[in-house]
Amino acid sequence: MRPILMKGHERPLTFLRYNRDGDLLFSCAKDHTPTLWYADNGERLGTYRGHNGAVWCCDISRDSSRLITGSADQTVKLWDVKSGKPYFTFKFGSPARSVDFAVGDKLAVITSDPFMERTSAIHVKRIAEDPEDQVADSVLVLQSPEGRMRINRAVWGPLNQTIVSGGEDAVIRIWDAETGKLLKESNEEDGHKKPITSLSKSADDSHFITGSLDKTAKLWDMRTLTLIKTYTSNVPVNAVSISPLLDHVVIGGGQDASAVTTTDHRAGKFEAKFYDKILQEEIGGVKGHFGPINALAFNPDGRSFSSGGEDGYVRLHHFDSDYFNIRI
Amino acid sequence: MTIDSQQKTSKFRWGEMDEDDDLDFLLPPKQVIGPDETGLKTVIEYKFNDEGNKVKITTRTRVRKLASARLNKRAMERRSWAKFGDAVNEEAGSHLTMVSTEEILLERPKAPGAKTDETKPGDLSQLGGKGGAVLMVCRICHKKGDHWTSKCPYKDLAAPTDVFVDKPPGETSTAPAAPGPGGKAAYVPPSMRAGADRNAAGSDMRRRNDENSVRVTNLSEDTREPDLMELFHPFGAVTRVYVAIDQKTGVSRGFGFVNFVSREDAQRAINKLNGYGYDNLILRVEWATPRPT
Repeated sequence: MRPILMKGHERPLTFLRYNRDGDLLFSCAKDHTPTLWYADNGERLGTYRGHNGAVWCCDISRDSSRLITGSADQTVKLWDVKSGKPYFTFKFGSPARSVDFAVGDKLAVITSDPFMERTSAIHVKRIAEDPEDQVADSVLVLQSPEGRMRINRAVWGPLNQTIVSGGEDAVIRIWDAETGKLLKESNEEDGHKKPITSLSKSADDSHFITGSLDKTAKLWDMRTLTLIKTYTSNVPVNAVSISPLLDHVVIGGGQDASAVTTTDHRAGKFEAKFYDKILQEEIGGVKGHFGPINALAFNPDGRSFSSGGEDGYVRLHHFDSDYFNIRI
Repeated sequence: MTIDSQQKTSKFRWGEMDEDDDLDFLLPPKQVIGPDETGLKTVIEYKFNDEGNKVKITTRTRVRKLASARLNKRAMERRSWAKFGDAVNEEAGSHLTMVSTEEILLERPKAPGAKTDETKPGDLSQLGGKGGAVLMVCRICHKKGDHWTSKCPYKDLAAPTDVFVDKPPGETSTAPAAPGPGGKAAYVPPSMRAGADRNAAGSDMRRRNDENSVRVTNLSEDTREPDLMELFHPFGAVTRVYVAIDQKTGVSRGFGFVNFVSREDAQRAINKLNGYGYDNLILRVEWATPRPT
């Protein structure tokens, strides 16, 4: 396959997200402008100007009309996807790390970093149907027991009943989205040994995968938080994604960005690695980035995927036919 | 249009081209009609033919929307969205999106059907008996019995240092005093290693065996290594016996070396056997290298 290289960002990529129809791709980077691309040919459709800091995460509503972005400028913005104009800004006292729309797009979960004397927290905001009615109040605020540790990702569980979070303390937590009660925690034995960098749900919300700096990715049951599978890599994992089409997972990473210039280029291993979801066996790797992979996303049709690297490139890969016939 | 220019070059010399191009201004502009409901698109172009006459070319094509098979109505609508943000005044030559010139493959960790390959090292070690697994020592990461050097997962990392890690040949056979090949992880400077040439003299062979090595000279031609072993082993544990053989004639050159585990044993052997009559010749037994003492 010949990947499409998209050079729209001047700083390292942080997050990639497809819309539900799989025709749009949103990219977030440490430069301040999230960018919208056509997911088939990689043409740039527009940029969202307004943030004043690194943009860590984004999510797109099911009807692809609204975009939410979380930024290090301590704000979360809601955007009109088509015009590229922000229509609401949530202000936090600390950088916003992750955002996720609930099913139905009536709620959004936002995580904020520990900053000064503030501790990390998970906020649930109501998203109004009409932009005019949007208010900034939180419906629910969850305080992590490890307040000084960052929460890197929080997503909605099945039917919006729970919130699943993972962060620097390497513990995965499931919260009740209604009451805010902590329901489950991953135990020391099964859980990650080092900070969790990414968390990604399966297409049907039945399970999710977490990637960690301990060089593993783990597959968990979303309701019971039982460890299903472990995928071992030889580099820290920064990004994970589950194929919606085949029983594959893709994990990406690479050595710490600060060590790239001090070691041999071969030591980096900046490739997106495909694993068989069930057999936990490595299927193959896709090379190309010049820096660690920070973001990975599968197209909802499972026939292409994109990766975003520390090198500022988004690489969009449409799979060849032989990918679909891989036998282990 | 490319065809157009090709025709011109075949007819005119390039120097005349400019004048010719000017004529294009006289032509009516290109017209594109459609595509209409039935998908018919009409393109009307005008150009000069070889004789310099004006020609009207009408091209009718049927346009089919292949994309509609994959994209739903909403996505189709999004196709025609106007650009916004920085994408509005994007220069034509900025090339933000490029197709990789490099063909990227999904690199399989092992070729399909290569599963047998994986079991091979195991088979070999089984054939080699119990020692087989120990024999399989990776020279890069010093892991025993896990993989061969060529299959080392740390190969890439160690490639430049490989040269230094590589030990002098035969080190394993020398000096029990030296640290075992598997046991050391820390870097040892070459001058401190077991096989180091501390006297900066002597042949390669002598250098690697200078620990408790005894030289035996004035041996008879038909003395072989087992004979020397028989002669010397009553004095103590012998690690190596060597008799110099002439490569061309295949007969003994009349000298050899014996290595002892302990220095005392070697000293006793020298005391006892120097001047000892063996096979009608008088042996000369001495330290192989001049001792510092």
